[in-house]
Amino acid sequence: MSLFTLGIARGLLGQVLGMVIGMLLTCAVRILLGWEAWAAEPAWTVGSVCSIIGFLLGVGSLDDWLKWTKGIPTPFHHGPPVDKPAWTRYFSVDYNHKVIGVQYTVWGILLLMVGGTVAMIFRTELARSGLQFLGLDLYNSFIGMHGMIMIFAILLGVGGMANYLVPLMIGAEDMAFPRLNALGFWFNVPGSVLLLLSLFIGGWDAGWTAYPPLSARGPIGYQLFFLGVFAIGLSSIVGSLNLLVTILRMRPPGMSLFRMPIFCWAVFATSLLQLTATQLIGTSFLMVSVQRALGMGFFDPRGILGEVSPMVGGGDPVLFQHLFWFYSHPAVYIFVLPGLGIVSELLPVFSRKPLFGYKWIALSSMAIAILGFIVWGHHMFVSGYNDILRIPFMYATLLVAIPTGVKFFSWLGTMWGGKIHFDTPMLFVLGAISVFLIGGLSGPILSTVPTDFPLHDSYFVVGHFHATMFGGFVFPFFAALYYWFPKVTGRMYNETLGKIHFYIMTPAFWVQTLGQMGVGVMGMRRRIADYDPTLGAGQIEAWHMAVTIAGFAIAFGVMLMLWNFFQNAEVGAAAGDNPWRSRSPEWQIPSPIPEHSFPAPVRVVGEPYDYGLADSGYVTTASPGDD
Amino acid sequence: MTATAIEHGREHDHAADDHHHTGEIDLPTYQEYTRRNRLGMWLFFASEAFLFLALLVTRFYLWRGPHGEVVRPELDQFAGLVVTAVLLLSSYFMNRAEVSIANDKRTDFLASLLITAALGTAFLVGVVVWEWGMFPGIVKGHLKPTDGVFGAVVFGMTGMHALHVLSGVVLILNVWWLGRKGHFSSERHWGVEACAIYWHYVDLVWIFFYPAIYLIGSTIEVPH
Repeated sequence: MSLFTLGIARGLLGQVLGMVIGMLLTCAVRILLGWEAWAAEPAWTVGSVCSIIGFLLGVGSLDDWLKWTKGIPTPFHHGPPVDKPAWTRYFSVDYNHKVIGVQYTVWGILLLMVGGTVAMIFRTELARSGLQFLGLDLYNSFIGMHGMIMIFAILLGVGGMANYLVPLMIGAEDMAFPRLNALGFWFNVPGSVLLLLSLFIGGWDAGWTAYPPLSARGPIGYQLFFLGVFAIGLSSIVGSLNLLVTILRMRPPGMSLFRMPIFCWAVFATSLLQLTATQLIGTSFLMVSVQRALGMGFFDPRGILGEVSPMVGGGDPVLFQHLFWFYSHPAVYIFVLPGLGIVSELLPVFSRKPLFGYKWIALSSMAIAILGFIVWGHHMFVSGYNDILRIPFMYATLLVAIPTGVKFFSWLGTMWGGKIHFDTPMLFVLGAISVFLIGGLSGPILSTVPTDFPLHDSYFVVGHFHATMFGGFVFPFFAALYYWFPKVTGRMYNETLGKIHFYIMTPAFWVQTLGQMGVGVMGMRRRIADYDPTLGAGQIEAWHMAVTIAGFAIAFGVMLMLWNFFQNAEVGAAAGDNPWRSRSPEWQIPSPIPEHSFPAPVRVVGEPYDYGLADSGYVTTASPGDD
Repeated sequence: MTATAIEHGREHDHAADDHHHTGEIDLPTYQEYTRRNRLGMWLFFASEAFLFLALLVTRFYLWRGPHGEVVRPELDQFAGLVVTAVLLLSSYFMNRAEVSIANDKRTDFLASLLITAALGTAFLVGVVVWEWGMFPGIVKGHLKPTDGVFGAVVFGMTGMHALHVLSGVVLILNVWWLGRKGHFSSERHWGVEACAIYWHYVDLVWIFFYPAIYLIGSTIEVPH
């Protein structure tokens, strides 16, 4: 079997070829125009666009569509590969949502490790004041790289959970558009490759937000960064479109919207944001890209009338911030809503009690999504935009606390008086609640204009943000990994190792986030490689050291989890069909799930979360004749 | 971004090639697949709307005169009017193509598609040659992309729209070619419908873009 049996190998080869062809094309056009043949920036830019297409052609994600353009019919279900070992489907284009879900998750974990490694490098640098081993440019590239890689990783993790779980939870055979689903995953691979490649051709040093004018003048790495983000954005858009159609049109009879597993509501709200807001980061990055490549001055403040009226015809960097944050604030709700959905999904299972206030949780997700569209300006309190905008953005932001509070009280109500089982997934759910509380309580301090002024761009923001991301995504994601690992592999992970992971990571994270907030209050600015050791009455170095050690402890915990999964995926104890005694449809079928998930159409016979109610069920998956 | 449109292009019977289902399981019908495709298409439009809205916001944010008033650069009004008329007219023929295939009038169907594609191409030529002045030997354009925000926004908005028109023309020609080979029937022609609503959508976007670029605000002299 040759290496090129694997789609991903063909895809990467296609990406290299695409890059070369794009560069040659650029040179050819420049020669025709009578210009100097080689210019690095246009060559790399056109090359990168072609490299994404080259990857998709190489991996085979466009095969079926290309057949359609010729009128050749293709089967709706392709099934496992017939002439290749079964494992190869995970490295090639496959249209089964369960395979795609695993592909998303594994690629997400890989990026999580890359982003974490980058963080460990610059955290080590920050443990002491002064510059030890990182140059200023490399430090800047690394903090931006950590941010953007982690965003990719989170989007992939969200995509993994949603793709694997949503069709199973609503008893559907697959997603509504399986080919689009595969395309959504495969966009991520060339996108990640471009992002990592950008580090080697100059990097990009204005942080992940890429504000012009700095990003309009920085190294060529920016073009690859923009195109990498563009590819991931396309993945978000087609993926969310697919999930929305799946949820709206493929539920079985009897499963009304308010009878879906609650995670589907979270995915629904997230997908609405992803479908629409993602366009804005694409547009804003595209504008900077063409400003660099073609001199189109969207964000270049130099006017056209010179001395007469210096502002007329000049661009405005603040416009970039508006467009950018119109996506990038909802983006954090895209990251946390599925995680909060996981918390709501798992709590009733491990508390053996109905979910408290189902409708309120469902609608609170929608409320957060809708509020997400009108709060972007709280990132711009000190940007110099019109003063009058600050107050409405402040109040809109504070309003987010209400639906988030609804979720917290529902979680407490669910656990209240329950028979709580402290298995590893439940521990991570509880960890998520505690960490998200820290993130949530530090939020209003930053959304209130007077307190934001001194804290803006300080490490306090970094601490707040990491608490929301860990509480809203990382802890619930790990809970989900532990919880559904038996379903995906049919094997049980090692419970002791899982608990050790939890008891290392949770306190370490508390130290990290509170430490980051602490150094922020002492006067530590974000995005700088060096700091004054006399800050915080000379205590700041000790705090930074504590944050760095906590960071390494978290990394160790994550390695422990991966080792646990790796060890037990094939040889762990058999898990059985329903080790957690869940009522959700995916647990009523064998583990691992067969190629076609449900032997017969799912019928809804009860409520999803009536735990503790004797002789009641949510769904049946047997044929009517078997009753 | 035309991948979504292509996803919906599938025309054959899913029930016929679904091998694994047995027994009493009812397969979704062509109508059900079409309903899913249609919903997907409209969600795609909702997503695209945010892209075009972002460009409109950019235009109204950046095109300001010395006193903050809304301004626009001087452009060839006649060119703008002609290309707009051509594009609006093309939507009529796109609709005629869809109605024709629904009534099994294949000749009308194919002819209408070709007329739509021709008008779409005429629009593209009008924008690229006449308004952009890409070939200064034929027509000299009014603006260059580098002319401050006026050049940037005119080329950004018309360029993004032209990209959609171009993809629409490619889709129409693909549908025409498949139609000639005997694909599509009066009952099963989702591919034609998808292509048609995509074309109308691109047309609708221009109805917002045309006044934003050509009509709203007082003109301002852009020195080169």
